[in-house]
Amino acid sequence: MTLETIKELLNAEVLTEYSGQNIDIKFAKASDLMSDVLAFSQPFSEPNTILITGLTNKQVVRTCEIAGVCAIIFVRGKNPPTETIELAQKCEIPLLLTKLKMFVACGILYSHGIRAASTQKDR
Amino acid sequence: MQPEVVFQQRFEINGGDFINAGESSIKIRNILKEIGIDTDIIRRIAIAAYEAEMNVVMYAQHGIMHLLVYPSKILLKIEDEGQGIEDIDLAMQPGYSTATEEMREMGFGAGMGLPNIKKNADVFDITSAAGKGTKIEIIMNLNSKNG
Repeated sequence: MTLETIKELLNAEVLTEYSGQNIDIKFAKASDLMSDVLAFSQPFSEPNTILITGLTNKQVVRTCEIAGVCAIIFVRGKNPPTETIELAQKCEIPLLLTKLKMFVACGILYSHGIRAASTQKDR
Repeated sequence: MQPEVVFQQRFEINGGDFINAGESSIKIRNILKEIGIDTDIIRRIAIAAYEAEMNVVMYAQHGIMHLLVYPSKILLKIEDEGQGIEDIDLAMQPGYSTATEEMREMGFGAGMGLPNIKKNADVFDITSAAGKGTKIEIIMNLNSKNG
């Protein structure tokens, strides 16, 4: 599924100049805990993974850069601060914002075939 | 005989500097990319470095991260001056944390840092003196993909 499709499914807006609309997304992580995003990134590397989160600080972008996450969806209509957007712009990680709650956003994406990243069994 | 160091660099980390936290780890990742290290190994070492860097930022006054690349392995040493760890066995337990509310608001301090560093490393060693500081050494072997 392209990021453009995800944008439409979640009725989201793109916050960065780089929209990454053609990135092919297969997996997602959903967490407000960056420690967990990092801890459950291994041992399998999965490109084409997005992060769904309600946390909007700069460390979210850094964590995604380190964990190899290729786009971030902010839920519950939480607008990230400028510094977060600037950093994402710099490392070309598109940021999307949806008003949906995390549970609903995950449900929609799951029902359209997106699966959990880094859990090889319980997808 | 000690093998020859192909590349090395030291990075300064300032305690409490949440704004720049993570920059050294990104630099390390970029350096290893340029050297042409396997992507999976880079990801594992970047995650370990980032967790260790966050620990210095959260718990220490100052720290040095030293990256040494050898033909057959990568060695990462993180040494800090800070509060140290009183009980390492306890600190290694997933979920155990002494993080403050501020750290948790940043999305960290879930008690996964040290276990996660260990999980990603082929060799992991930690020593600490309460009230003085902590030293972590991580080795990644370059001949095995997932040690």
